[in-house]
Amino acid sequence: MLKQVEGSWAVAEAVALCRPQVICAYPITPQTHIVEGLGEMVKSGALGGCEFINVESEFAALSVAIGSSASGARTYTATSSQGLLFMAEAVYNAAGLGLPIVMTIGNRAIGAPINIWNDHSDSMSMRDAGWIQLFAETNQEALDLHIQAFRLAEALSCPVMVCMDGFILTHAYEQVDVPSQADVDAYLPPFAPRQVLDPAEPVTIGAMVGPEAFTEVKYLAHHKQLRALELIPQLAAEFQARFGRASGGLLRPYRTEDAELVVVALGSVNGTVQEAVDALRARGMRIGSVGIGSFRPFPLAALRAVLMGAKRVVVLEKSLAVGLGGILSDGVRKALSGIALQGHTVICGLGGRAITQKSLEGLFEAAARDGLTDPVTFLDLNEAVVARELERERQGGRGPTAESILRQLGTVASRIG
Amino acid sequence: MNSPVKFYQTGTFTVGNRLLDADLRSVQSATTRTNSLNSGHRACQGCGEALGARYAIDAAMRATSSQLVAVNATGCLEVFSTPYPETSWQIAWIHSLFGNAAAVASGVAAAMRVQGRHDVRVIAQGGDGGTTDIGFGCLSGMFERNDDVLYICYDNEAYMNTGVQRSSATPPAARTATTPAVGPHPGNVAGTGKNVPLIAMAHGIPYVATASVANLRDLEDKVTRAMGIHGARYIHIHVPCPLGWGSAPADTIKVARLAVESGLFPLFEAEYGEVTAATKIRQRVPVDEYLELQKRFAHLFAPQRDDARLAAIQATADRNVARFGLVD
Repeated sequence: MLKQVEGSWAVAEAVALCRPQVICAYPITPQTHIVEGLGEMVKSGALGGCEFINVESEFAALSVAIGSSASGARTYTATSSQGLLFMAEAVYNAAGLGLPIVMTIGNRAIGAPINIWNDHSDSMSMRDAGWIQLFAETNQEALDLHIQAFRLAEALSCPVMVCMDGFILTHAYEQVDVPSQADVDAYLPPFAPRQVLDPAEPVTIGAMVGPEAFTEVKYLAHHKQLRALELIPQLAAEFQARFGRASGGLLRPYRTEDAELVVVALGSVNGTVQEAVDALRARGMRIGSVGIGSFRPFPLAALRAVLMGAKRVVVLEKSLAVGLGGILSDGVRKALSGIALQGHTVICGLGGRAITQKSLEGLFEAAARDGLTDPVTFLDLNEAVVARELERERQGGRGPTAESILRQLGTVASRIG
Repeated sequence: MNSPVKFYQTGTFTVGNRLLDADLRSVQSATTRTNSLNSGHRACQGCGEALGARYAIDAAMRATSSQLVAVNATGCLEVFSTPYPETSWQIAWIHSLFGNAAAVASGVAAAMRVQGRHDVRVIAQGGDGGTTDIGFGCLSGMFERNDDVLYICYDNEAYMNTGVQRSSATPPAARTATTPAVGPHPGNVAGTGKNVPLIAMAHGIPYVATASVANLRDLEDKVTRAMGIHGARYIHIHVPCPLGWGSAPADTIKVARLAVESGLFPLFEAEYGEVTAATKIRQRVPVDEYLELQKRFAHLFAPQRDDARLAAIQATADRNVARFGLVD
């Protein structure tokens, strides 16, 4: 059924259709509307057979989820930013225990300075925790990915994060097609846990493991993700067959067939990237793009196949590996092993800085004429502000940096582009 | 002459076992006990926590007809019981993290409820570090939501698993690795720490109790009582640690008993925030008798007696006696 709803509500509807049994909620912007929506559905009785638990922290949210999932209940939670960091210990634990929890990340920057707007620093911080990480490009895909995520998590007994850009997707009202309960039930069978706490068949879960076995346990976690590389496209194809639309998958190439320059990005910015690709194609540039749908496991082989014929790759990063550059670039460069290809890392969209089509077109044109010479490019960096602050520091200026820059800028509030 | 007959536990525990009718005997005296924490684990000699946990969980197993799931915090109890593949647990058992046992247990309880497994009950357990310090947020959350979980804290008054560091349950003057017995005021600082049973009561939960491995029948009774109630429950068990306290392994019960009889560890029960019962002290002893058996307090007695600090500790015992009415 077509509905004009907020992205968060679309996700709440998708999660409800998956018949979750335990939902843990702790508020943090910008994911809050999702659990508010689910809380309302549970409280009203619209979503039956489900416990909705208001906990005292994100650490508790995922800990409750761990207990619930280990007891055989389909379990969901959501968080963002500082919340993901606060639950970090439990994030690793849930994956280590192999518990198929699904968690939405409403992607948001990490402070300090405190910032509630979108970038990918939060989920990037947990990229090696053992969770599968799927990225949505649109609200429709965010909705669809949750249905696939439960199926994937339970098939592998591995937790899955569905990452969607905070505000850009979570708070945007768009038309989405909400599937029927019958179709979702046909796609997603009831949860059949691989391990479960049951007094009738008592098991010990979470024992201490020493050097004699730790490597093998970790290898098997890696092996599980390699299996996900095969399963993710299968589940996307099955989803398309049942629901009639392409969603999910390892990656999504756009006009890459004869492209000399290929742009790689995660999440909602791919929409803007595709607009820029269309505009530049119209002006004769051989450009295409590829959106990474599965960041963990990282689709090395599939990406390599897409990039094989290109001459240049521009990686858009909505997070900064301070002191190095980009995180997505690391994966892209691994995929390029043995291919002679010019690569550029571009940091953009940090803390909600808008990424405009105009900026992207300028960026891609500069790349095409060998104009990106720095190892890392910061899109739309206000160099005058940086220079003034560096000069102030050189002259022995004291006090906090962020506040000094705000003073420089004055009352501009939210300047875009 | 109609006053009820009082059974006092004796050194041989005979009252708990053979001299009673079969249905009044202790859980541990029964051949049908589950032996939840089986032999072969790696606890130290004289470990109070291993003793307390076996009695507590066996009693809970009987009270629930073995329909029990236990969630364990990281700590001695988790480490000495699980090095794979020799798990000592004969029950459904999960360990997640140090600070989240109460929350994981809330999740287990919710999952059982939503799956219609209303017969399955849940216990969370941990040491004082995992309860009064790092797990305190999750514990308080579980309490205030009144989740259907019994949380048991085995209090040995420091972080024993990591090598005897101070916790918020470490008593004044006690030597730990992070409150060493050096300087003008050796040992733990007075006036610090927190009383989690009283904090649990402040949540207004249905049941709070303290217990001691010196009084195992009482411990069994309190666990049994707790498992007959739904909602958030808390039992705080005093468990001497020979390694951390510098007491003789053979003296574990004796040290625990002196803690009770000196008034330093009052045994009581509370319902919905009100104390409903307290175990009377039969033979009150000065705190010195308790402290002298433990090397962690040796600096209170040598090279010279620290009268001021001993008097302060005695005053704490006196306050407990008055507060809980421990002496008739």
